[in-house]
Order: sequence, then structure tokens, then C-alpha cells
Amino acid sequence: MAEEHLAALAGGRAALFGAVHDALLARLDGCAGRERAEWREPGRGEDTAANLLAGCRSWLTELAITGWRGVDHDLVSSADPTLEALLARPALRRQAVLLDGLAAELRASCPVATLERVPARRWADLWTRAVLLARGAGEEEPAETVSGRLLVLGVDVHEHGTAVQAQVHGVLETRDAARLVRTSVTAAKVDTIVGPAVWRLLTGHPVLMGALAGRLTLNLKDMPLLAGGDLLWHDDRASAGEPADPFATARVVLPRAVAPPVPPLDRHPVRIAEPVLLEGYKARRETLELDGTTLAIDTGRLPACGPLTPALVAASTECVGLMRWDGGRWAVQPLAVRATVKKKPVEAHTGDWALGPADPKIAKAEARTGDAVAVLRERAGRLLRA
Amino acid sequence: MIDGADDGDVDGDALERRSAVRVVPPARPRKLAKVPFVELADGRLQGVVSSGSDLRRVYVSSFTAGTHDFSCSTNNNRPCGGLYGRPCKHLVALANEAVVQYGLERVARYLRVEVGEGDTLVSRLQGQAEQATAAAVFSRFLRHLAYLEVPDAVAPVPEMHWFPASGAAV
Repeated sequence: MAEEHLAALAGGRAALFGAVHDALLARLDGCAGRERAEWREPGRGEDTAANLLAGCRSWLTELAITGWRGVDHDLVSSADPTLEALLARPALRRQAVLLDGLAAELRASCPVATLERVPARRWADLWTRAVLLARGAGEEEPAETVSGRLLVLGVDVHEHGTAVQAQVHGVLETRDAARLVRTSVTAAKVDTIVGPAVWRLLTGHPVLMGALAGRLTLNLKDMPLLAGGDLLWHDDRASAGEPADPFATARVVLPRAVAPPVPPLDRHPVRIAEPVLLEGYKARRETLELDGTTLAIDTGRLPACGPLTPALVAASTECVGLMRWDGGRWAVQPLAVRATVKKKPVEAHTGDWALGPADPKIAKAEARTGDAVAVLRERAGRLLRA
Repeated sequence: MIDGADDGDVDGDALERRSAVRVVPPARPRKLAKVPFVELADGRLQGVVSSGSDLRRVYVSSFTAGTHDFSCSTNNNRPCGGLYGRPCKHLVALANEAVVQYGLERVARYLRVEVGEGDTLVSRLQGQAEQATAAAVFSRFLRHLAYLEVPDAVAPVPEMHWFPASGAAV
């Protein structure tokens, strides 16, 4: 079996899931009355990583020929040199983060032959995407630069052992339009940095973190925007403005915001994360009752770095969240809730602790374990350059 | 109309059918000052323990799965002076921190050891001192630390949607 055959297989699988993605998103847009802009292929820089990507392809080929059940430590470790080289290249961060995440799961599952069940859908997804990314395509050029006011809806946090991404959803108001946008900052980490400590890795973006923690608007000047609606965050091109209530943004501004198109390669149901405002529901532990319909709550996507808990969501009456699709069903991933706890109104957002935990109990627990980031940076400073 | 929660059989075979299912449980927070690095890899519980007296010195300690033989030496391969036929204080610290990070069950399963109620992990690891090369583990530790020097990225990483942050307190 040659690489080309496997690439064709990955392409076919991605096309199938892309079609599912499109159908689901169209249905969701219809329900939400959301207008979506059309995709325009952006310009791309030169592809400069042929050797490295060839290394990725050969590991992925080996993986496919071996099969999940045959994966052992040696096969997983053989990706290490490629991974190390990928991480050193900012333009290849997507591939690096993806392969590192997959390799860590395979390593923790070794020997896979002894597993009772294999996460077949998931690993095939990750393998497919990695094969497509390893086909190469230069770095995407921004479609335009934008200036205006960014009203934050909430932040979605993604994390595996060696990476954390804070992806902010918001509405960008420019002179003539309101657009639904995202902006993301990703930091490398290690598995022992968990919970609220992950924010300490993102302190290089103080304006953005301050706006999340303080629930402030952001004034942007000449910020690059990709064709898929992602702002390339430059902290020095932003300043914090007035306080802004994400619930008001979701109620008033979100309905008239135009949603961005989805880049062709990203079309997969797992990438659907559409901001919505839900209210007038009755919450239970795992579900919301809304207009006679039951909607699942994705409690598995409540991050340990923020104040939202399943109990708080279950006590909530209003929610800004992301609509998600997985395992054949829709679910809402809460980003912010308003709840009544002990007869008092409470509001919590996933980004509330972006400058450090506001909850004294959590702050105390953090103080007990010490500053993991500082400890490891000290060790790195002393030992890496010894 | 959006489908409700009832039409997916998510519990039974979630692991096989879901895209964003969690495969590796997150590490539990622990103090890193004494034992900055612990891993279950290469058939060993292995890690790095900072020296109490010299900031530049670290000990590389390990227990082998199955045999429970143990080793401890400095990163320059000088044997640990505290190793007299039973685990030294570095090895005890390594075992204790591994239990904090991964939970007793996962560590015991990896090392193939039965730990009864009231027992500590290290009291059940009754192997013998063995010679193991510190270099490989130490270089894995340096690679681990090097992650903290990778610059942040601001281009989106859509692949991270497969890796949701989770673990909010109940």
C-alpha cells in the first residue's frame, strides 16, 4: 500500500464527514436564523516543509499498515524526532499539536492489543486530518485587516497534555457590519500544568486575558482576519474598552451578526461550535428542557480552569453556549450561565479566571500545589542551558 | 428541528462512536518542586527528583514494571548514596508523587503490583537495586521542559476541537 492510496482513503473519509458537517450546520443555521458568508479561497505562502511533512506521512502510513491493534511503544516513539522538529516550526503548529495529541493517546494505550475497546471513530478522525495536513499547503494569508469593536460572547478552552488553546467567540462590529468571529491563542504545556494554572501560560496576551476576566469590550486596530472568520490575535493592536455583558451581546447583537464560512479542510462535525443564547429552559443534571424538546448538556466540555460546574449549569436559567454535535446528537456546551444559588443570582463565565481564580477556595488549592509553571520554568532555565 | 438527547445511544459505545471522547485522563494537580517529572513509560515508573541541597543536581529514579527493581542515580550517572538494598528517599518521593498524579490504581496496574488497603505503593515494591541508565530519562525530562519554551501561536488550531478541556469540579 502506498502513501497515495492512504491519502485517497483519508480524502474520501474527510469528504464524507465534510458533507455531514455541511448538512448539520445548514440545519443549525436554519434553526437559529443565521446568515453565513460564502467561502473565498485565500492566498497562501510558500510550502517550505516538504521533508518534515514526508516524515509525518511515513509515520502515518506505518500506523495505517500496522492497524490500531498492532500499535506498540516502538511505533509510537518512532514519531518523536518528527514531532520535535514540527514543534520548532510555528507554521506547522496544527500538525504538531494534532500528532502530539494522537501519539500521547496511543502511548497511554500501549500495547493497544490489550485494550477492550478502541476509540475507533476518534483515532480515525485524527489520523485522517493528520494525513491531509501532511499533504502540505503553505501558511494561509489573512483575507483583510479589520478595525472595530469586539464584543466577547465567551471562551472555549481546548487542552491536551502538551497544548492549551483559548478560543474566544465574539461579534466584531465594524463601521458597516456585525460579524461573528473567533480568535485563538495556543500555548505549549506539559501534562502537570492543569486547571486554572493553564491561564499562566497565556499571560503573553494581557489585553485579551484582561478583557475575558473583566468582561470588557475590545477595540481593535488593523487586526488580521482569516477567510474563515478567525482574527489573528496581536495583543498590541487591541485595547480594552467599556464593560460588556456577553448575555446582552448574545441577545441583541448576535442575531444580526453574519457567520463566517468554514474553511474546506476544517469541515468536520467536531468543529461545529456555534454560539447561541438559551433561556426560559428547565435545567437538569444532564439535559435542558426547552420548548418541549430535550437538549443534552455537554458537561464533558466544562473546563477545570473556570468556574462553571455541572451543578451550576443544572441550577441555571440562562446560558450562552456553543452548539455541538457528537455521537449522533446535539448538545450545548455552556460558556456562561446565570443561575440562582441559595436564592441569590450568580453569573459565571469560563474566562472569569483568565487573570487568576477569583474563587478563594480555588485560589487556596492552587497555592497549596504551588505555581507549576514557575517551578518548571525555573528547572528549564537551570537545566536546559546547563 | 434539532434532535433531542434521546436519539443517540451515547453511553453504551461512546468510546467507539464519539469523536471528542477523552482517552487519557488528565493528570491531577500536585506540587512539582520536589519531583518535577513523573511518567509511566518504557515499562517503568520513572522520573526526576530535585536534589534537596544542590539546585543544579537532580536524581533520576525508576521502578521497573513486573520485577519492581529500582534504580536511582544523578543525571551524570553517579549512584545515589542513599540506596542500600531498598528504595531511597528519592524513590519514595517518586512513588508518592506518581500516585498523586495518576491515582494509585493506574500506577499499580502499570507496575503490576497489588496494593492492599492500608498499604502504600512503595511498601509493595520489593525488588532489588538495579543499574539503569539515567541519560534516557533525563533527556526525556529535558524534552518535557522544552515545551515551555515553544512560542505561543495565534493562528487557530481547529484540531483542538477534538481535545476539549474538561474536569470542572462537580
